Amino acid sequence: MGKVIVVTSGKGGVGKTTTSAAFAAGLALRGHKTVVIDFDVGLRNLDLVMGCERRVVFDFINVINGDATLNQALIRDKRIDNLHIFPTSQTRDKDALKREGVDWVMRELRNEFEYIVCDSPAGIEHGALTALYHADAAIIVTNPEISSVRDSDRIIGILAAKSRRAEKRESPVEEHLLLTRYSPERVKKGEMLSVEDVKEILSLPLLGIIPESPTVLKASNTGMPVILDPASPAGRAYEDAVARFIGEQREMRFVLPERRSLLRGWFGRAAS
Amino acid sequence: MSLFDYFFPRKPASASVAKERLQIVLAHERSGRDGTDFLPRLQKELLAVVTKYVAVEEDMIRVSLGKAGNASVLEINVEVPHTAKPTPAHAAPA
Repeated sequence: MGKVIVVTSGKGGVGKTTTSAAFAAGLALRGHKTVVIDFDVGLRNLDLVMGCERRVVFDFINVINGDATLNQALIRDKRIDNLHIFPTSQTRDKDALKREGVDWVMRELRNEFEYIVCDSPAGIEHGALTALYHADAAIIVTNPEISSVRDSDRIIGILAAKSRRAEKRESPVEEHLLLTRYSPERVKKGEMLSVEDVKEILSLPLLGIIPESPTVLKASNTGMPVILDPASPAGRAYEDAVARFIGEQREMRFVLPERRSLLRGWFGRAAS
Repeated sequence: MSLFDYFFPRKPASASVAKERLQIVLAHERSGRDGTDFLPRLQKELLAVVTKYVAVEEDMIRVSLGKAGNASVLEINVEVPHTAKPTPAHAAPA
């Protein structure tokens, strides 16, 4: 039986889709059969971030309505074996994700895949609730910024109250904090909440710290999960987070500002 | 604290202001969440019990639910003024 992971945050723009793409790619790279699903009905974007927008024929709603089979809608990634993308629909009807339909799709996917990564829409409406309902694990994507932390706290409350596991009184959804767009330099200056601050406020175990990095935009520009960029610090950080998720011990990186040697400081700046 | 800091007090770093504000607002919001909506009722019943023995005002009992590590902490604060008189029915026999 596959494990369902929801990538959620409450707040928009914190990096849910980037994280879903990187995480699913990371799991597949390690040999796990993985599918990543876009739950943002009406605002499809995972296809762009994954670079398969021109290969979308059928979507989630088509499958739920019986207009296409699951296998017709699943897009096989061209770069990574074991990775599939399940695009959402561009319909304006946000309530098109019907409960029974989604239940059936998730059951089928659990039988076929090891990991099912659900990219949640922002907010706490139908789409977001549907995305988190089936979760066995949740990755709470949070920026070190007050509105993001508050919204994450809200989503944690909703996971504890409205998930299938909560409803059926099973063991609770496994929760992980992923701190994104982190800038150790700004934390040092006292301008940004630190990892410790956010951990303390949300009391969640930390899965990883993704440093603020221009390579994230570069990756989405070209439709490549950032984890595939060997030169990207954010990509390395996602790789660590995936390893920790499946039980490996990895030391936290990007907690402190990078030490620059004097020479690199002078010449590096002139060069860049 | 150096003499310099004494004459030119620095403003607290904005991150620590953010942390403090978050802790206050979240403590409040968490208490309104499912499962903890019993707090107002608990406060009322506690007040009823306490006033049986000591005369206290409604706002002298504060009930809150917080978090410490992995555990939830139910904090009950009852302020008893020095001048509070025992409620007559329960006053100790002379």
